[in-house]
Amino acid sequence: MIETPRIELIPILPVLILFGGGVVALLGAAFARRTAQTPFLFFTVAVLAGTAAASLFLWDRPAATAMQGMVSVDRLAVIATLALCGIGAYGAYLGFHYFEADAARRNEFYALLLFALGGMALLAQAADLIVVFLAVEVLSLALYVLTALTFRRGPTEASVKYFLLGAFASAFLLYGVAMSYGAAATTSIQGLARALAGTTGSQALAVVGAMLLLVGFGFKVSLVPFHMWTPDVYQGAPSPVTAFMSAATKVAVFVGLVRVLDVAFVALQWDLRPAVAALSAVSMVVGSVLAIAQTDVKRMLAYSSVAHAGFILSAFVLPGREGISAALFYLIIYSLSVIGAFGVVMLISGGIAEQTGFERFYGLGRRQPVLAALLTLFLLSLAGIPPTAGLIAKALVLGAATRAGYWPLALIGVLAAVVGAFFYLRVVAIMAMREPEGDDVADPAPLPRLVLAVPAVAVVALGIVPGVIVPFLQEAGVLTW
Amino acid sequence: MDVPWLTLVIVAPLVGVPVLFAWRAIPDGAARWVALGASLLAFAVSVGMLMNFDTGEPGFQMISKHPWVESLGLSWFVGVDGFSLWLVIVTTFLFPIAIAASWRVDHQVRRYMAMALFLETVIVGAFLSLDLLVFFLFFEALLFPMYYIIGVWGSKRRVYAATKFLLYTMFGSAFLLVGILVLYVESGNQLGRSTFDLTALEHVQLSTGVGRWLFLAFFIGFAVKVPVWPLHTWLPDAHTEAPTKGSVVLAAILLKTGPYGMLRFNLDLFPEASRYFAFSIEILAVVGIIYGAIVAMMQTDIKRLIAYSSVSHMGLIVLGIFAFTAESMDGAVLQMVNHGLSTGMLFLVFGMLYERTHTREIVDLGGIVQVTPWLAGAYMVALLSSIGLPGLNNFVGEFLVLLGTFSVDRALAAIAIVGVILSAIYMLWSYQRTFQGSLKERWGSLPDLSWREGAIVVPIVAAMLWIGLHPSPVLERLRPTSEQVSERMRTVEVGQPVQPSVEAADASGGGAAP
Repeated sequence: MIETPRIELIPILPVLILFGGGVVALLGAAFARRTAQTPFLFFTVAVLAGTAAASLFLWDRPAATAMQGMVSVDRLAVIATLALCGIGAYGAYLGFHYFEADAARRNEFYALLLFALGGMALLAQAADLIVVFLAVEVLSLALYVLTALTFRRGPTEASVKYFLLGAFASAFLLYGVAMSYGAAATTSIQGLARALAGTTGSQALAVVGAMLLLVGFGFKVSLVPFHMWTPDVYQGAPSPVTAFMSAATKVAVFVGLVRVLDVAFVALQWDLRPAVAALSAVSMVVGSVLAIAQTDVKRMLAYSSVAHAGFILSAFVLPGREGISAALFYLIIYSLSVIGAFGVVMLISGGIAEQTGFERFYGLGRRQPVLAALLTLFLLSLAGIPPTAGLIAKALVLGAATRAGYWPLALIGVLAAVVGAFFYLRVVAIMAMREPEGDDVADPAPLPRLVLAVPAVAVVALGIVPGVIVPFLQEAGVLTW
Repeated sequence: MDVPWLTLVIVAPLVGVPVLFAWRAIPDGAARWVALGASLLAFAVSVGMLMNFDTGEPGFQMISKHPWVESLGLSWFVGVDGFSLWLVIVTTFLFPIAIAASWRVDHQVRRYMAMALFLETVIVGAFLSLDLLVFFLFFEALLFPMYYIIGVWGSKRRVYAATKFLLYTMFGSAFLLVGILVLYVESGNQLGRSTFDLTALEHVQLSTGVGRWLFLAFFIGFAVKVPVWPLHTWLPDAHTEAPTKGSVVLAAILLKTGPYGMLRFNLDLFPEASRYFAFSIEILAVVGIIYGAIVAMMQTDIKRLIAYSSVSHMGLIVLGIFAFTAESMDGAVLQMVNHGLSTGMLFLVFGMLYERTHTREIVDLGGIVQVTPWLAGAYMVALLSSIGLPGLNNFVGEFLVLLGTFSVDRALAAIAIVGVILSAIYMLWSYQRTFQGSLKERWGSLPDLSWREGAIVVPIVAAMLWIGLHPSPVLERLRPTSEQVSERMRTVEVGQPVQPSVEAADASGGGAAP
């Protein structure tokens, strides 16, 4: 008799709610093509609230794997899912506001957003390299379409570029999975860890597999030298989509990377650390330096996100609780700041008009004091200048690198941060210290300002009392498999 | 009852910020009064702190310590000793004056005042924090308001100057942050738990090699702020382009976070390295003294002249710190206060003249004393104080520094004295060219000091005379601390790993108890 596998749905309930919500939203968009998008927004937010609740419910469950070792239930996944829900809600609201100005309704946006989030949440829970690959594919496909959602020329070009390079990344990822299977005869993350811990002979195959996986992940979070697509895609995609993907993709993929580097290949950490450190250093430096040359805010933020990926990766040279919690703290602060920054840029640039050149920001402090103040706060946080939380986040990840003995990496990081301060504050200078030029196309609606004030308050509050979330992140950083 | 004086001094200026922030249509006049009120409140609280200061106690006082992020070893840990006491007082003393001096700022007043108050909080916070990361947060937080003040309200090349200021100082503090992180990690290895607590980090044993590298990392961070020659090139630009108040705060207070950091952190945490590098640093300091003086002599722009004179004066302070005698350290700290008063006043009075003439060039001026005798007189007082006329404040400080240095190294002291003489030359020469000589026609109807301006100048002159004629209240609060530190520095031998001194252990034990 064949034993039926025990199906336990509770552990994957967050993912199921997201995908289920995505399907419903897609059907809704298909059958009610031209209706108002308000119900879609409320539906999406309700789905995200449900996901968050289902995820919170898993906080106190003992860490384990479920679905035959395919997904894991632990606090790391819970924290990541909660962060993703918050980012998703902001993405949905910004998208709602963005598409309101457009006559053509694009209600598929909400379905695609939910699918992307489903893939991301799955990636955060993945306990098997096959699931990792699956989740990365799901989130990538949704993002390719989201990028091209306005059918304009720029977005379409960006989307194709993203798709082509993303396909490469998928190939690397898959090849890495195959190599790992070749090395350990399993694709389970736990199984890999066990198999590699026992071997004493050559682990060349496993190292190659891990490196290939690192390349695949590197594409997704735009680490140098796999960042080529980032500026074009970030600039070309509709601003709310950029806001969403710059934050959410990094959260999901870095959490996935935690499981790959800190669990599956932890036995190889001495081989992998130099590679991780090198990628991190190169990303911080190249991202920061190239951002200087930009004259478009979205492009500048795109290069800066390359640098931020490098900062987050620097915490990965220290496996274990301290490194993971530092990376999580950085991810949260980065997400708050970058979503806020792209949100404000969306309002300033006239929404769908996407006028994001620097000239649009001249003298903004006098024309739009609230938007200028919000953007200043977000940029200060990205630059790592107190009283925002950015500096504490940088101190934590670079502290983790220092603890692992990589103090030169920390030094490179702080020097890259100085370069970063230059280009972030240049935007502040343009807003505060220049005369206004051209017409003011900024969106006058008050509600988005109020909504975007929340992350602004959060980055300042977390800069003053980081202690309110750090203990939770430290609990999430304990991987007990 | 225990009043948390130090925390109160730090937050007092912030009282005005929510008002300025929330009330967006605030009339300019009201915004000025709110800022002045908040900064006066901070001064009143700091006087309370002064009253409570125990004169004979060398260690930290009025400590308050609360865990902030316990799991990271971060704590809100503030304490005051002889070194920081007077720096805090001079900060809270000069801020209301600087705010009153910028009464004429006419655009974006609300923001200007909010930035000024925020700046005061972070500077006071930097002087009082004994937790390294919190100190660093304050130290970095002062960059943005200063950048903004120079960049928005400065003169023509303001954005360039503001950016240069920001990048230089951030570059320096980058090394400082890495140094702090390495020390933090090392404390975890040795003490069992990582901490940023200064009194605990004193007990971390460093090999001489590591100690020296860390010393350099900290030193670069502070040396850019001082600025120590050859890292000074941001200073003339920042001073020249900053609005009057910006220059006052920059010169009088902000620069002091540099030497203060050396005194507090470099000497305390890396005594062996401090001794090892002392001579090299003294050389840099002396070069700075002479170089600053010579370059000042050649300036045609008065603000630049004052800026280079700052480089020269700050060199003397660094010389005093690294001579390690009780007298020279007394003198160095006193000089930090004095330089704040005298250079601050030079910038203030020149700012008043600039508001009337809108030129900084010496050649454009001349003979002004005939139309504005009071303004010229105020400038003369500041200038005499700056060149160290006996009876005014700088004389006491310079004398102590030179005395202390002389007992250690006569040659250096002798060269430093040349710098003091040079300062008399360039200052008096600039006075002669600016205020004396034949009056240019277009300045014929310049108004003299107004009552408001007079009221700004009088308290500073009073403070100068007080320190000049009766410095003992200042010195007796300073002396125990500098004696303790110089005692400790003298017992350290180059090349020998440092054993934590008994007093230091006692001090931190006593500090941790309440």
